[in-house]
Amino acid sequence: MTDQRSQAEIVRHSLKRRYRTERRFRLYGILAIFIALASLFILFADIISKGHTGFVKTTITLNVTLDSGMMYLDDPTDKDQWSNADFKAPIIAALQAQVPQAASAGEKRELGRFLGTFADSEIRNLLTKNPELLDTTQTIEFPTHDRVSVYVKHADNPRYSIKLSEQQQRWVDELLQKGIIDTSFNDVLFSRGDSREPANAGVLGAIVGSLLTMLVTLAISFPVGISAAVYLEEFAPQNKLTDFIEVNINNLAAVPSIIFGLLGLAVFINLFGMPRSVPVVGGLVLALMTLPTIIISSRAAIKSVPPSIREAAEGVGASKMQVVLHHVVPLAMPGMLTGSIIGMAQALGETAPLLLIGMVAFIVDVPDGLFSSATVLPVQIYLWASSSEQGFVELASAAIMVLLTFMIIMNALAIWLRKRLERRW
Amino acid sequence: MNTMSPSISAEADTRSKGAAVPVPEDKPEDTVIEEGKTVGKPFTADPKFKLRNVDVSYGADRAIKNISLDIGRNEVIAFIGPSGCGKSTFLRCLNRMNDSIDICRVKGSLELDDQNIYDSKRDVVELRARVGMVFQKPNPFPKSIYDNVAYGPRIHGLANRKSELDDIVENSLRKAGLWNEAKDRLDAMATGMSGGQQQRLCIARAIAVSPEVILMDEPCSALDPIATARVEELIAEMSESYTIVIVTHSMQQAARVSNRTAYFHMGHLVEVNKTDTVFTSPQHPLTESYITGRFG
Repeated sequence: MTDQRSQAEIVRHSLKRRYRTERRFRLYGILAIFIALASLFILFADIISKGHTGFVKTTITLNVTLDSGMMYLDDPTDKDQWSNADFKAPIIAALQAQVPQAASAGEKRELGRFLGTFADSEIRNLLTKNPELLDTTQTIEFPTHDRVSVYVKHADNPRYSIKLSEQQQRWVDELLQKGIIDTSFNDVLFSRGDSREPANAGVLGAIVGSLLTMLVTLAISFPVGISAAVYLEEFAPQNKLTDFIEVNINNLAAVPSIIFGLLGLAVFINLFGMPRSVPVVGGLVLALMTLPTIIISSRAAIKSVPPSIREAAEGVGASKMQVVLHHVVPLAMPGMLTGSIIGMAQALGETAPLLLIGMVAFIVDVPDGLFSSATVLPVQIYLWASSSEQGFVELASAAIMVLLTFMIIMNALAIWLRKRLERRW
Repeated sequence: MNTMSPSISAEADTRSKGAAVPVPEDKPEDTVIEEGKTVGKPFTADPKFKLRNVDVSYGADRAIKNISLDIGRNEVIAFIGPSGCGKSTFLRCLNRMNDSIDICRVKGSLELDDQNIYDSKRDVVELRARVGMVFQKPNPFPKSIYDNVAYGPRIHGLANRKSELDDIVENSLRKAGLWNEAKDRLDAMATGMSGGQQQRLCIARAIAVSPEVILMDEPCSALDPIATARVEELIAEMSESYTIVIVTHSMQQAARVSNRTAYFHMGHLVEVNKTDTVFTSPQHPLTESYITGRFG
């Protein structure tokens, strides 16, 4: 005789197994989230640890006597004299005053290497603006050369090679002690465009370029995407053509972004003759790239509007257009906005298509319009990451942090908008 | 695009299965229904709706089979019948709510005040302003109570001033018996009300555009008995000024609120008569089986 187990017993037995499965499933979920969070944490930790020094600049502050004889310059407003004038001489003299042991011509030249390439033009600009300062003594802050900056910030870091001689290192240590060489917050990073010199390079140009490009992208892809989604969902007849369009939109979402860059190059620049490297073309290309994302997410949002609301509106005699505009679109708006903002965030981080339309050019000036040459943040990061100057490495990491901040702001905005506009039915 | 409502698709399901109900001794299902033959008095003098030889199909599936019926002025007519018999489908033809279902085809002559409803020149918007509808599940817009009622008058331009609109909203809410409960919170979200209140709000919304006919598709099926009683009272009050067509699964409800009752069976209109007659002395065996609860 086999055991006649009661039904309750069988259920109790199977319960154990069911709970075990459930626990295991939960564990997998927690593990997956842990892996995701850990990778995110590692990414952030790495970027911040490498890049935080990008937000610090190294400067030399000197009391410079703007001696006209030393500079061979009588009248700073006379541009003809500029080519012969030696704007660097007074700086080196001031520096040498702080390091008296550097007396020989060779040693002075060594000292001069502490200064950034554009130190002399700083003096020139100062004098051009204020000619009355000639033959006076001024306290001026100069950015140091990259090699000094690297030594000051990364003397202990084996990843950086120090390109100062032993003697120069001693001098820098001495100047550091005196407070002549000092580090402070890198305001240059947020107030300038790109430069050959890490000390003078900033991301402002790239930020403005990114904003202008995003503006064009938003202005085109949002209205076009939503109109397309509304038409396909609400008005398009169900036939082969609509199916064909639908399949193609889904395919477009999967096309590699560089193809859109090629399209932009071929159509906007070669065919329409639009200028290279400008935010308008960049924005157009990114708009094309973002459109499928916006259309697909908007259609999903429209589909999620309950049919009872449509019926209610039709029941009181609303026309098709009124049903769509008064009820369907407002109810689908949170979903549409979320999709659009995520699409925009994607576009903000896009590099490949912009390389092809020339937004990878070296552009020093901050763009002042949709048709002025510009670059964007991710391209700037790409440019700096592949630079040979050591100072650009940390700048690239700093720029990544700036880009990530923008991304986080956009995603937070998406969540906030969804929470605010979400309505229950 | 595919905006088939849950109730319609549910009916489509049961329809395909047919009436798979256990058959009593005398097997009323086996009764052969002659197409287009209706027992009782389907026609009236001076009808509001004059419906002749109506045929509705979803693709290859015939949902309504050659039905002819008159709906009188200011009468309350109840459509009863087992699930999937086509009563909701037929109701939805009366204000062309079936239009949004692509595969739905309506044939026959459907006239409202001697004008063809399905005429190609007929404006659906105008038709629906005259023939309002209340649905099975309360479906207020996710807007304020005021905006729900004011929506219809607004889109039809029935009020020129804010004060006129206020009057329409107040009157409609009063007629729907909701004014006392809602007057202090007209700006509150309609979705925050109880189910019964929401359904009365939907009725207020329907009557705000002053329709001539109100179609009700099982208006009480999602409500508790007290809310149901309130809606039934309301129907009785409204029957003085409106023509009301109500689909219901509750025979008691049909008996309480309607003047005439129409019994549908598998797409056929089997019997139409005064409500008293239908419930006391049904003439068709199928009607009798249904109202005595032997199936359905």
